[in-house]
Amino acid sequence: MEEGTVKMIMTGLTIALGGIVPAYSIGLMASKAMEAIGRNPEAAGEVRTTMILGLAFAEAIAIYALVAALIIKFV
Amino acid sequence: MPHISLAAERLGSFLGFPINNALVTTWCVMAILIIGSFCATRNMREVPNAFQSIAEMVVGGLYDFFSTISGKHIQKVFPLLASLFLFIIAANWVGLLPGVGTVGFFRPEETEKFVPLFRGATTDINTTLALAIVAVVAIQYYGFRTVGKHYSSRFINITNPINFFVGILEIASEVSKIVSFAFRLFGNIFAGEVLLAVIAFLMPFIVPLPFLMMELFVGFIQALVFSMLTAVFLSVALMHGSENHA
Repeated sequence: MEEGTVKMIMTGLTIALGGIVPAYSIGLMASKAMEAIGRNPEAAGEVRTTMILGLAFAEAIAIYALVAALIIKFV
Repeated sequence: MPHISLAAERLGSFLGFPINNALVTTWCVMAILIIGSFCATRNMREVPNAFQSIAEMVVGGLYDFFSTISGKHIQKVFPLLASLFLFIIAANWVGLLPGVGTVGFFRPEETEKFVPLFRGATTDINTTLALAIVAVVAIQYYGFRTVGKHYSSRFINITNPINFFVGILEIASEVSKIVSFAFRLFGNIFAGEVLLAVIAFLMPFIVPLPFLMMELFVGFIQALVFSMLTAVFLSVALMHGSENHA
């Protein structure tokens, strides 16, 4: 396989595989946050803020995979 | 095929330092923020006019939000947190204006490569890396100033071997914070720019609108996340050595 083909395949594979676990963990976090708000609606503001914090950490991993894919494609 | 370049394009140089199009946009964002805050605070009155009202709402809202995270240290750290938030949100949103990324020229020696005059400030890894370094170094600075010399025991702790290893891990964790801050902001905003360019290339009418709305939202969330994470790490650092810290 020549280099151009391998580059193209790896670009797609990097972001596709790298996004699976962050997407799952973001869904898990959001669902736990919704459960928590359902059990204690008064704490909705604090739960929301903490959830956004956790979402940022999980999303960062997907962003690392995306930047790696972009570097493979454009550099 | 739309023009997409990972690195910000160089427009010129000044005394050996390269001037990127993202740097020019950063200067524009700085001008907007400085002139805006100057206009909001001259002739300050007890009963504010419209512009001063908006500025008061923004600053008051940020103060209340960050004081829930920072607690009693809010007076010291609020300027850093609010400046990070306002600069990042302004830089992200200015990158969505028409003309940013689209108005430019072709160099005479490379006629296929388009060089935009302006490019979103946070789409340059240099800007986000600089912001990340500022945030993490400021955390250490406030740590030393508030806790005193005892703050260094967070990283170099020779009381027992386990604590020594934990100190080494803390140093690695601080370095990884710089990388993660820089890449989170860069990745989100640059990927948004690429998405908008590709969507506008595929279908220029009506379809880019929901993506522009999403990029507005993402720009706001990334500014919030950057400053909120700085606030959280600050409160962890400033708690070192106090009674209720493990």
